[in-house]
Amino acid sequence: MNIIVLMKQVPDTEAPVEIAASKDRLDDEDIKWAINPYDEFALEEALLIKEAGDDVTVTVITVGPDRVSEAIRVAYAMGVDNAIHINDEYDDEAYGAADAYTTAKIIAKVLEDTPHDLIIAGNRAVDDDNYQVPAFIAKQCNLPMIALVTKQTIEGSEITCEQSIDGGTAVVKASLPAIITANKGLNEPRYPAFRAIMKAKKKKVDERELDEIGFDPETLGAAGAKVKIRSLEFPPERAEGKRIEGSSPAEKAAELVKLLREEANVI
Amino acid sequence: MAKDVMIVTEIWNDAFRKISLEALSEGRRLADELGSSLTAVVLGDAVEAHAKTLAEYGADTILMAQDPGLKTFRPCEYENVVAGIIGDQAPGIVIFGATRQGRELSACVAARLNAGLAVECTGFALEEERLVATRFMYGGKVIATVDIDGDIQMASIRPNVFEVTKADGAGKLESVAVDLGEVNVTLIEEKIEMSAKAELTEADYIVSGGRGMESDDFSVLEELADVLGGAVGASRNAVDLGWRPQSDQVGQTGKVVSPKLYIACGISGAMQHVAGMSTSNVIVAINNDPDALIFRAADYCIVDDLFEVVPAITAELKK
Repeated sequence: MNIIVLMKQVPDTEAPVEIAASKDRLDDEDIKWAINPYDEFALEEALLIKEAGDDVTVTVITVGPDRVSEAIRVAYAMGVDNAIHINDEYDDEAYGAADAYTTAKIIAKVLEDTPHDLIIAGNRAVDDDNYQVPAFIAKQCNLPMIALVTKQTIEGSEITCEQSIDGGTAVVKASLPAIITANKGLNEPRYPAFRAIMKAKKKKVDERELDEIGFDPETLGAAGAKVKIRSLEFPPERAEGKRIEGSSPAEKAAELVKLLREEANVI
Repeated sequence: MAKDVMIVTEIWNDAFRKISLEALSEGRRLADELGSSLTAVVLGDAVEAHAKTLAEYGADTILMAQDPGLKTFRPCEYENVVAGIIGDQAPGIVIFGATRQGRELSACVAARLNAGLAVECTGFALEEERLVATRFMYGGKVIATVDIDGDIQMASIRPNVFEVTKADGAGKLESVAVDLGEVNVTLIEEKIEMSAKAELTEADYIVSGGRGMESDDFSVLEELADVLGGAVGASRNAVDLGWRPQSDQVGQTGKVVSPKLYIACGISGAMQHVAGMSTSNVIVAINNDPDALIFRAADYCIVDDLFEVVPAITAELKK
């Protein structure tokens, strides 16, 4: 069985970000990068299936500039078999502004000649929070999609999943090949040792350029995006908070309630 | 003439979700500015009694898609029906609520129609009859202004950001023929618990707990949330420690909330948590560590033992 994991490298959620001078993207320079947390669940699940079964191959596909090789090394150290890196850094201008649509278009194209029985993706990327790449791929590759999966079992050519829904869970099934998206709760991702990550440097990565896979780069990135970033700005800063003093917790509570009622008008 | 504005609504627990009314109110404003008409789409088993109330929120046309197969949200069936309606009606703008359902449905419909979709928007403007949206990115660290390409501009809105305003709409009720279409995911079982309590993202008041709660006993927070008529949230730490379900998690890898009042109790204030609540109207932080980062994000700060302060707030509110 061939499992594909879709992985994205995103700014670490605890790291501050800077806006580039062009205003339409982040300044890449000093960002600390990490694997999208939901993609870690996807990677782990693929590896669990591999470890429990016979003849399972796990291939990670990622789209991004040169720096993505760091994330690929981590995926290799976790235990994936192959990595395909589509490098979309053909030109500084275009890369930063790719959207879910252009990214999915690239991945769908690569999937045309990459065997896949099951595709696992994170349910969203925590950088642009678009929630759209898996849905676009499902449509373009004509695959069933099961979102927000917290448990899966494969029997023969069918996958049965538990998924998070409003107010609870649903159990659904679909025929393979299919695409599922990972939710928190699916598993506990393993963290590879530093040595394993260093060793992974030697692993071969299937590097592809956009024109090699049959795209005119001019139709992707900012030019091909359906949702185009015009400008980025920082949200207005909150004024410094008021420290509520009092000689006892009860006094502080009374003062807070008074302020919430009379100053903030929220209760 | 400008094309219509369409809102895809959502019924939950036998009533419209508040976000659907927020979307309608904003849709009315956009339709007025465009000089076009506002259409609401209502899906479900039997929805007429609910559907007709939407005229009060400015809907000119209310399209009802009724079928037993639409009783609860099924992604394929809903996608087929909504894509069909959009194909027939050819609206210029389609807006969803960014709920669990709205996120998946909007993504599937956008993919089907090859339309641009701006997710979880917090503001809209019109420029030459085209929708321009603002939305948060990078876990709330940055606000983006985005253009949406194509004949159909799709967007979803973040809960609790747009105001609900009543407006008179023509309220013409129409039933549409329902074809559930091709379905490639089969439902085996659904376990849904309808709670009378507000869903976290729609709650006006949220009381959240973190590592400072010291155990899974969140009763002091629950009591305060009950008095306020709100919901209880949790930090990633509290969820990872198994004290609260994942559905309660507020933050960049959980839910993004914008209540009127957010009370953070025993939460350190990691960036990924603040990302999930920084658009709250008023933020209160209670923590016994005077240097906790959470105080930088708060409007009102209390340095003290939450197990004493929180019950005192509850008592004060009951007075």
